Amino acid sequence: MDLYEHQGKELFARYEIPAPRGIVATSADEAAQATRELGGRSVVKVQVAIGGRGKGGGVVVVDSPERAAAEADRMLGAGFKDMPVTRVLVEQALPIAREFYTSFLLDRSTGRYLGMMTAEGGVDIEELARTRPDAIRRVHVDPNLGLRTYHVRELVSVLPPDAREGAGDVLRKAFRLLTELDATLVEINPLVQLEDGSVVALDAKVTIDDNALFRHPDLESLRSAFPIDPVEARAREKGLQYVKLDGEVGIIGNGAGLVMSTLDVVAQAGARAANFLDVGGGASADQMATSLEVVLSDPAVRSVLINIFGGITRGDLVAEGILGALDRVEVRVPIVVRLDGTNAEEGRRILAEANHPRIVTADTMLDGAKRAAELATGAAV
Amino acid sequence: MSVLVGEQTRLVVQGITGNEGTFHTLRNADYGTKVVAGVTPGKAGQDVDGIPVLDTVADAVRTTGANTSMIFVPARFAAEAILEAADAGVELVVAITEGIPVRDMAEVHAYLEGRDTVLVGPNCPGVISPGVANVGIIPGEICAAGRVGLVSRSGTLVYQIVHELTQRGIGQSTCIGMGGDPVHGIGFIDALERFEDDPGTELVVMVGEIGGDDEERAAAFISEHVAKPVVGYIAGFTAPPGKRMGHAGAIVTGSSGTAQAKAEALERAGVKVGRTPTEVAELVQAALP
Repeated sequence: MDLYEHQGKELFARYEIPAPRGIVATSADEAAQATRELGGRSVVKVQVAIGGRGKGGGVVVVDSPERAAAEADRMLGAGFKDMPVTRVLVEQALPIAREFYTSFLLDRSTGRYLGMMTAEGGVDIEELARTRPDAIRRVHVDPNLGLRTYHVRELVSVLPPDAREGAGDVLRKAFRLLTELDATLVEINPLVQLEDGSVVALDAKVTIDDNALFRHPDLESLRSAFPIDPVEARAREKGLQYVKLDGEVGIIGNGAGLVMSTLDVVAQAGARAANFLDVGGGASADQMATSLEVVLSDPAVRSVLINIFGGITRGDLVAEGILGALDRVEVRVPIVVRLDGTNAEEGRRILAEANHPRIVTADTMLDGAKRAAELATGAAV
Repeated sequence: MSVLVGEQTRLVVQGITGNEGTFHTLRNADYGTKVVAGVTPGKAGQDVDGIPVLDTVADAVRTTGANTSMIFVPARFAAEAILEAADAGVELVVAITEGIPVRDMAEVHAYLEGRDTVLVGPNCPGVISPGVANVGIIPGEICAAGRVGLVSRSGTLVYQIVHELTQRGIGQSTCIGMGGDPVHGIGFIDALERFEDDPGTELVVMVGEIGGDDEERAAAFISEHVAKPVVGYIAGFTAPPGKRMGHAGAIVTGSSGTAQAKAEALERAGVKVGRTPTEVAELVQAALP
């Protein structure tokens, strides 16, 4: 779960990581009022869980409540890089002397925490890592030993001497946040030194491990702040992984790898997938029915490909689910079904007996993809 | 011949009394795997179809000589189950459980470093050496004994590709589902090393997907250390950046982790990369003597 900046900063406040004073606004009026409270000058920041806000006009310094209102109005109206925007963060504008970058993340290639610091702020860290890797200090932290003093000394040694104490303090607190709240990323870009010498987190990018939310019921509620597509919400409720895409072939499969592969094979067959939908392991008839409803709710869908290779998932239940869905929803497009694995023969028999006019069976994944692609592109004429 | 699981396997199942634990334990036993015990704390004295249930893994090792563990316990207790198995001296731990917090897995990963216990998974379908032993949930009936080793991040792609191989009459030495989580046990490199050393394996199929750099690092390893032919597959060519595709690890971030970059890295290392599971099976058929 990628948090908004203002949510990240709420967590920073819990850990006493210094950050500018800020107020969340959901309208132009609220942004103007917030700027008044902050003394007439502020920074208006679009709240989206993606990067590149600075360059994309998503962070603007304003010198009056009226300007704040105008900027907030623009951000809330237009969205940001195709993302809907429901709120902006209005922050105190601070006198900045220098900008740095720091982050902690869970490094999947080593299975350890990785801390990074550079004296160059506001950078694209991936770009800097490619062009001038020496500018970045890195330490790997053993998760069972935690952050040690020498790690902190190593990281801050890349900074000007008078910023090291303040930055070290931020590092220790950020690492505590990372481990105590099951974050997989805490990134501060930029971390700034103010004219008075103090070090402050100007931005906050925090990602929380979804698998660990059972330990943090208070964080689960942060999710409700995200504008979410009602269809995606419905899928999530049923434990389905659904991602909307731009094509015309609806895809349902079991297992992330097989579904991704199905998307690719459909693309090679000359069509585009309308979505990614993984019913997961051990899908029930009800989950299959909901999957079909979810996929068919997308008006762009012109055919559906159901590609199931059962291990835990049982072919007979899949077939029953498909037939159950046909009773529940109006099916306006052909559904190509490919079943293999556990109880697949039984599943194929159930489908054959039902003899539904919309159902087309395929013997292999490749055939299924070709049929679904033909049906989708043919129907588009 | 085979790697990881085989004739020598003596299996203890942690979480044997749960629905899935029981179902797959019995399937594995039917397949011919020597299942010697189950562990569910507080249920010692019971049995599952004649398989004794014990309170601890240490007990299973002491009294039944278990050397391999399969884990079905719920996510919030699974990391501890892996540690328990390692401390009991189990040589191979296969963790099927999905949804384990990544911090827990980082702790386990660091703890296992330098120890003798090998971990497969979590969030994986397990390991099967066809005709000999099955530890996990891979349907035994789609496999056939033979000379191709297979390792995959995705579970259902193990099924799909094994199925395509078997249908062409190509059998497998061992199939390993390593799991799709960001922090996991055995990886491509470890698996390739084992297959390279296994006299029963003549060719290796590695099945990757978008996200991370496991495939790129495997490519570098293959150039240096693998003499046997390798055929590759990468899922997720059409996955858009920034969208997570089911697996916790399957996400393209920025310019890294794309299927294209992975396929190119493998091809530079001399790996033939199929663009569909069917093409993978065709490449294997062409490469086998």
